[in-house]
Amino acid sequence: MAISSNTVFQFIRQRDWRGLVLPVGFIVLWSIASFFDWVNPKLIPAPYKVVETAWQQLFAEDFFTGIGASLFRNLSGFTIGSLAGITVGLFLGFSQWFDRLFSPSFNALKQISLFAWLPIISSWFGYDNGAKILFISLAAFYPVALNTFEGARSIGLTQLEVAKVYGFTRFQLIRKLILPAAAPQIFVGLQLALIYAWLATIGSELLLANWGVGLGNIVIRGREAFNVPLIIFGMLAIGLIGTFFNWIAARIEAKFLVWRGNQA
Amino acid sequence: MTTATQQLKTANNIAWLVKLPSLARSFLIRFGYAATGILFPLIVLALWQLAFEKNWLPVQILPPPSLVWQTFWELIDSGDLTSNLWVSIQRIAWSVLIGGGVGLAIGFAIGLSKRAYAYLYPTFDVVSQFPVVGWIPLLMIFLGIDEALKVAAISLAVVVPVTVSTYKGIRNIPRALLEVGEVYQFTQLQRLRRVVLPAALPSIFSGIRQGVMQAWLSLVFVELLASSEGIGYLMVWGRQLMQMDIVFIGIIVIGLVGVVLDFVLRFIEARLQTWRRSAF
Repeated sequence: MAISSNTVFQFIRQRDWRGLVLPVGFIVLWSIASFFDWVNPKLIPAPYKVVETAWQQLFAEDFFTGIGASLFRNLSGFTIGSLAGITVGLFLGFSQWFDRLFSPSFNALKQISLFAWLPIISSWFGYDNGAKILFISLAAFYPVALNTFEGARSIGLTQLEVAKVYGFTRFQLIRKLILPAAAPQIFVGLQLALIYAWLATIGSELLLANWGVGLGNIVIRGREAFNVPLIIFGMLAIGLIGTFFNWIAARIEAKFLVWRGNQA
Repeated sequence: MTTATQQLKTANNIAWLVKLPSLARSFLIRFGYAATGILFPLIVLALWQLAFEKNWLPVQILPPPSLVWQTFWELIDSGDLTSNLWVSIQRIAWSVLIGGGVGLAIGFAIGLSKRAYAYLYPTFDVVSQFPVVGWIPLLMIFLGIDEALKVAAISLAVVVPVTVSTYKGIRNIPRALLEVGEVYQFTQLQRLRRVVLPAALPSIFSGIRQGVMQAWLSLVFVELLASSEGIGYLMVWGRQLMQMDIVFIGIIVIGLVGVVLDFVLRFIEARLQTWRRSAF
């Protein structure tokens, strides 16, 4: 026991705790303000109310159906959009004619702010899962296509010549040269796509609040009912899931790209 | 003598005539490349027109190009388009000013001071991973749905990229540059003005460019969600009237403004980069 308390002590000393000052101070201030009724409790509820709501929600069926539905749409859209993005990015990357034909249109369409597509998508395809997944795919598509294109373009001429000397077929060229060489860039694109897909998932649920279930729908209904603890909890859940996606993306990238060795 | 110089002159004058075929060829090739880029949009436009003439889709779903064109001029004549766009641009300007200012302040603080970094960065790192749209319901409770909400939500989107690239710009300043400053015994202010600012400027500006593009993204979202003016509202309005032509115009105008913003900011960024190159 003595050893363990010693290691705990060391652990406490070695970590930099200064980062906690801000959030802890914020919560303490918030608690004090609520306790002495300095703020309107309807507008700014006490922290324990949020914890209470969180506890209730964690056992509520609606909450998990909502999260499940959101995650399902998010991951379907991410998968479809990324696959389409890699395909289009590769075509644009290694075919000059494809590049000349479509790059100007692609670059112009890229500048259309993502959410501007939603009114058109919803009036053409309705408010169901399909329409939302299409929208999320679009969000994931652009960063992946763009980065795959750049990755394919960054391949050196010498590498291509080696492949030609070996008499690679087109398929071998893609599998053995272009995909591995472009992989680091593609991962950058996929990471961005994860962020944008989650943004699109939540955004589409907030904008199409009256249709379907999802985390965003729960939050926006909380706003309509002026249930501030629920909104805060929902926001935290959205943020934590987003952070979790970022963490996973970073881990996968580190695992997949071990062969690159330590790069500066 | 005179004839010789005159001959030389005429030779110079007609030199471009000799080069003309190759000039024309390179022009034609370039023109050809540009033209292939226009080919695809033209095909889409033709299909669109064809779809209208053959009645493949009802007009409420797919308005003909001519109607979109006509509505575009009607909206300009009535001032609906310009006034809404102006409102949106003002929102962007305020948010870039506020969000960019906050981002610069945080970025400089955590870039220059190790202590500020230790206190602020962990919180910033977590908060910055929350999607911007997730904040909006909470902001609506505190700020209502007026102008304050829009400016706050859009500013939030600007803060993160500006802070991150300001911080990185300062952190990535080569040690050698700072050491030169030490040799010259620069004061803190001189160090900031003559070493840190110029060296970090390209990175800071790239952050501002990203911030503006993020602002444009959140602006459209907020205006679609809760607004009574602005380019996003124009689309909601068109959608409610079942006038898809207005929605189309909204998308096209949003795309055009995006292209212009991107072009201008890239131009300025490139200028900053060339300045930097010539300095070394």
